[in-house]
Amino acid sequence: MDTMSPLERVLRGLALTLVVVFFMFPIFWIFLMSFQTNETILAIPPSIVFSPTLSNYAALITGKLQTAAGTLDIAFMRNLGNSIFLSVASVAVALVLGVPAAYAFARHKFKGSEDIAFTLLSFRFAPPLLVLLPLTQYFQWLGLSNTYFGLIWVYQLICLPLILWIVRGYFEDISADVEYAYRIAGHSWFATFRKIALPLAGPGIAAAGLLAFIFAWNNFVFALVLASADKQPVTVGALAFVTSSGIQYGQIAAAIVLSVTPTLALALYAQRYLVEGLSLGAVKG
Amino acid sequence: MTTLQLRNIVKRYKSQTVLDDLTLDVADGERLVLFGPSGAGKTVLLRLVAGVIEPDEGRVLIGGEDMTDVDAEHRGVGMAFQNFALFPHMSAFDNIASPLTATKSSKEKIAAGVQKVAKLLKIDHVLTHHPKALSNGQKQRTALARALVGSPPLLLLDDPLRNVDAKLRFEMRLELPRLLAAQGATVVYVTQDYKEAMALGDRIAVMAAGRIRQIGTPQEIYNAPADIEIGRLFGDPTINLLDVTPQRGGGDVFVELSNVRVRLADYGADVVGSPCVLGLRPEAISFVDAAAPGAIPVTVEAETPLNEKTVTLALTARGREILVSRPAGTPGPTAGPAHIAVNGMQAFLFDKTSGALLPRADLAAKRNGEAA
Repeated sequence: MDTMSPLERVLRGLALTLVVVFFMFPIFWIFLMSFQTNETILAIPPSIVFSPTLSNYAALITGKLQTAAGTLDIAFMRNLGNSIFLSVASVAVALVLGVPAAYAFARHKFKGSEDIAFTLLSFRFAPPLLVLLPLTQYFQWLGLSNTYFGLIWVYQLICLPLILWIVRGYFEDISADVEYAYRIAGHSWFATFRKIALPLAGPGIAAAGLLAFIFAWNNFVFALVLASADKQPVTVGALAFVTSSGIQYGQIAAAIVLSVTPTLALALYAQRYLVEGLSLGAVKG
Repeated sequence: MTTLQLRNIVKRYKSQTVLDDLTLDVADGERLVLFGPSGAGKTVLLRLVAGVIEPDEGRVLIGGEDMTDVDAEHRGVGMAFQNFALFPHMSAFDNIASPLTATKSSKEKIAAGVQKVAKLLKIDHVLTHHPKALSNGQKQRTALARALVGSPPLLLLDDPLRNVDAKLRFEMRLELPRLLAAQGATVVYVTQDYKEAMALGDRIAVMAAGRIRQIGTPQEIYNAPADIEIGRLFGDPTINLLDVTPQRGGGDVFVELSNVRVRLADYGADVVGSPCVLGLRPEAISFVDAAAPGAIPVTVEAETPLNEKTVTLALTARGREILVSRPAGTPGPTAGPAHIAVNGMQAFLFDKTSGALLPRADLAAKRNGEAA
């Protein structure tokens, strides 16, 4: 396979280009749209030659949306902040709770451990609407609706099972002997967890954290029902662009560019780390 | 140095009994080799002593102290694993230093301790490397260094030479006794290699199916294997096993091999007539002239030189395979018909049904005398 004929090489290049274009084109198009006014976006036929404008970004950052019907206040920057805060905090809480739990499930088979782990997983495949109605009631009684605390709590339904199950697999892949060796060397189980299990499962924890972050970031329905305007993330806040005087495509595109940037940056950063971590042969020893 | 006592250890995994009422004593400073086929429970036993798994029943005493419920980190033992179990994210130095960091020693003391044991094991030049960058031999030495560095009074070595190449294994087999003697620790050593067991053990405990089948010095086990299986496991080339029925004639017990009588002077009349298995070490058989007394005709099939000895495969008149070994360089037979003689003094008789070694007459007589 290391010697490819020129034809093969050309075909391979072509195929790869097609795949890249297929996946990257929407992002590229959105990126272009974010620098256009609604008129040029809606022009037929569309053209990639246009005079770029920053008006969409300006509107988002200042919070003043200029429409045909007048000026509208939008809270996009606040929504973006909410998204970042909610996602980061949810993942942080899920990591603090989920990683030790994953370790316990991986290393200690206790009575009912599989049942508990499975129950936690079942949160992932229950449709959110199923839990939303009772949850709304509870949250109103408890005074948790429209609080960051309440939202982060509900986000654990998304983040915790994900982290628990992914990280558990990584812990199980670590040879028990490596941990035994550290114990026998005279270290407590907690030191073993901290110095051996955590670093060796590091890439897995990072991957699970990243995935949980993306899921939390993309969540729509929990925040829509349980939070009002000032606590809403971008996913819900984007609804504001559907105005009485039409859909603001330019601003939507700019908003999308701004809201995918953090996840994209995180994914790119973590990807480098993941590849490094996995190629270290960390799990195999 | 310390003693190790295991009392009635039982360990089950689900319905399977891995260790079955096992009792074992290891004396202060002794090197005991646990020998047996895989699945015999050797590794489980070692882990039980180390404290990383708990017995279902029985007690583990280290230095006379009951350690059954003591956590692994407080037992003060050193252990080397078969798969090395090095910490992949730490340098060789940190790997070796891990038993010292647990004791909160000063940095200088740790560095000195690691340097000393690394020099002893000739790995002081690779201490900055991570396990991934170490050769198999270096990994093995790092794992050994980690077990030795804290000078534990009890050292558990779980087949440490299994995953290294033959040359290194041979070197380490020579080197280890010196190293272990210098440590002065009590050692429990697990192996599946009978040569390693013979080379390293003061005593050998032969394990099979969760029990200790025989325990004794290497010579005792080689010269009087408790049953057919142990006889087969010890020795290379393997022992010849032939179905025979001892007979009596002229005041002697003998067996017939290809219609030639082989006298078994050591055995008494009690074995006569019962179906037995004759165990003959290849070195108890030699090629002789046709005219020699007790010469048994065979056909020489193949010859294999094994360094210090040459092994010949021969077929008896009834088509049974016989392995004969002689020191390398001594004259041997040519292919085709030849004759062998059997040294009846070195032959074993095993009971055919139970597989147990039948006691020799003089020993049996002595035992009876003691009983009376």
